[in-house]
Amino acid sequence: MLPTETHPQTQRNRPALNFAARRPWSTLALLIAAVLVVGAGVLFLLNLKAPGLLTGAVVAAMGDPGQAPLILKAGLLHYLETAWSCAPWMLELTSIFIVIGTLLSVFGVIFALTSLVERKMLARIQNRFGPNRAGPWGLFQPLADAIKMLTKEDIVPTGADKVLHLLAPITMLVPALLVLAILPYGPGMVPVELGVGILFFFALGATTEVGVFMAGWGSNNKYSLLGAMRSIAQMISYEIPLFLAALAVVMLSGSLSPDAIVSAQDGYVFSFVPHWFVFTPWGFAGFLLFFTAALAESNRSPFDLPEGESELVAGHMTEYSGFKYAVFFMAEYIGLFAICGFAVTLFLGGWHAPLPWLEWIPGYLWFFIKLYALVLLAIWVRGTVPRMRGDHLMGFAWKFMIPMGFAVILAAAVWHYAGGGVPGWLASAVIVLMPYLALGRVVAIQYPASRRVYRFSES
Amino acid sequence: MNSLFEIIAFLLIGSLTLGAAVAAVGLRDTVHCGLSLAVVFVGVAGLYLLLDAEFIGFIQLLVYVGAVAVLVMFVILITRPEDGVIQQPDRRRQKLPGALIAAGIFLVTYGAIMQSPSLRRDVPEPAALSIRAVGEALVSGHLLPLMAIGVLLTTALIGAALFAMEGEDGK
Amino acid sequence: MIGLPLFLILSTMLFSLGLFAVLTRRSAILLLIGVELMLAAANLNFIAFWRFGPNPAAMTGALFVLFSIAVAAAEAAVGLSLILVIYRHLRSTNPKEVNSLHG
Repeated sequence: MLPTETHPQTQRNRPALNFAARRPWSTLALLIAAVLVVGAGVLFLLNLKAPGLLTGAVVAAMGDPGQAPLILKAGLLHYLETAWSCAPWMLELTSIFIVIGTLLSVFGVIFALTSLVERKMLARIQNRFGPNRAGPWGLFQPLADAIKMLTKEDIVPTGADKVLHLLAPITMLVPALLVLAILPYGPGMVPVELGVGILFFFALGATTEVGVFMAGWGSNNKYSLLGAMRSIAQMISYEIPLFLAALAVVMLSGSLSPDAIVSAQDGYVFSFVPHWFVFTPWGFAGFLLFFTAALAESNRSPFDLPEGESELVAGHMTEYSGFKYAVFFMAEYIGLFAICGFAVTLFLGGWHAPLPWLEWIPGYLWFFIKLYALVLLAIWVRGTVPRMRGDHLMGFAWKFMIPMGFAVILAAAVWHYAGGGVPGWLASAVIVLMPYLALGRVVAIQYPASRRVYRFSES
Repeated sequence: MNSLFEIIAFLLIGSLTLGAAVAAVGLRDTVHCGLSLAVVFVGVAGLYLLLDAEFIGFIQLLVYVGAVAVLVMFVILITRPEDGVIQQPDRRRQKLPGALIAAGIFLVTYGAIMQSPSLRRDVPEPAALSIRAVGEALVSGHLLPLMAIGVLLTTALIGAALFAMEGEDGK
Repeated sequence: MIGLPLFLILSTMLFSLGLFAVLTRRSAILLLIGVELMLAAANLNFIAFWRFGPNPAAMTGALFVLFSIAVAAAEAAVGLSLILVIYRHLRSTNPKEVNSLHG
């Protein structure tokens, strides 16, 4: 039943629905038309001041789609300089704000989309529909969620430390947003060109743990504290495989700068296999290590013991409602995007196209396609694999992933110094495979998985 | 010589660091002291970035904020008194000798700084701290300290884990 | 304008604050916080002298700080585990109560 139809028995209590609820498609069309009209009007008025500059920039951008964002930005700055005669410091400030605004809006839209896609995808895996009431295919669900979270009462428990309770979500969101500034989205499209970008990423990931602690302690709740301690222990343990996998990549590209690492993955072997690190034996193992550790760092299933709903309600986020919970939610997803973006940069070739005849698609689109593929993989894993037990989780990190990380580094070194021939590839693959099998036996012996018993009710 | 931006940045980060240090030293609640220590470390990392030592600044964030501060917070929580209240008795009189000694040290060092000839030398061009140069220096000129640090960290890791383990008889 | 003297004065202030904490606080963890403040002040001194000193290309100050950070981390780990052991034994973190060897 649509929200406009009501059950016959409640005909008397029909709520008075507003226009947007009665005609969702028309509302959407009107909103889009309004935005287009206002935008066109603004552009027309701006164009009157210095005719031809803005349209020239747009035409140039359409002619070279690979560099379109840069051309548009340069055109806008040129227009501001000539039409409004801005001072150089103001141009710099405008340039910074353009970049920040673009990043935030792009990732904001992706965040809203992902919150819906995750629920629908999990639902289909679990043989049910996801949210499909709030608009066609549930597309207005993120908007409904946003309105709900903004209008909810902000409850701070008595006895909670007000300052810590307020600062914790901010301390978790800010590092995640900062990391987005160093990823190379396209050729020449790095917002901040940092020579030590990888180190910056890991430093900010470490800073997130303090935010988790503040959330757990500031809630004045034993179970929040327990969830926070578990979460911090998990994050610390899984940071090391993350470092080791990234270390192998840094070792072979010779630089800590994400731009240089992406440039090292340029080119094609046999003119159709890209030079990405994931297509090497150590790179494949390293990518799997990195991705698993990334899932653990974001507290996602199967590593979501700290926020397992059936165990700790929401772990360190239990006592948060309304906007603060929305900030936590956003911090978690943006952290996931950031770390998946890092995986794309380190292993999947950044903004390079996978095949030579697909290079007409701009680099930044390839980056977001690969990023979204990894996010979908993370959602798929969440829907498929059950949650890991606490000691299994820690044992897996310390006894399996860290030795595998060292094996990946050794394999990378062997692959590099053996030149490009087959023996190097073979030796590298063996160095990765043997510890995998051996450590797998060790972990399987320690934590034996019993034979699965299906019990059905007999009636 | 310094741009307006650098002066403002130094004033902000410096006052943040000092304020957090005063809080870490003076607050009654131990948990707040631990968190102020984390803020001090972040402030010091910002000062390293102002001094063109990017690599050291991010290492400071990674090691101190990410590891040492979290360790301090864990131990503060584990060694809580039974009623859950972590407070320090506030005995103002007994802090006076310590305050006098600390102030004395500060004044003496301040005098020594102001009279030091190193202030009157010319400031050379800032040399960027390139990672390649650091790495090469570590494995060529400074190899012995690097190996010693490795041994030290391994020993400290094993020792700390051994101490913190609870034996079967509680020792 | 923001030259060497200002950084040195800042680090001296941090150092004396750390010294005050070590001399007056009544919990072993707060003593450790004071020691960490002093170490941070000393590291800041090294980096300031590396930046404004005569030979920045030799990177001596920065490398020293690298080792100092590693040593400080190891010392914090061992010190905190010692505090844990003492706490388990005495149920208190007051360093004045660790006096069973007192003559």
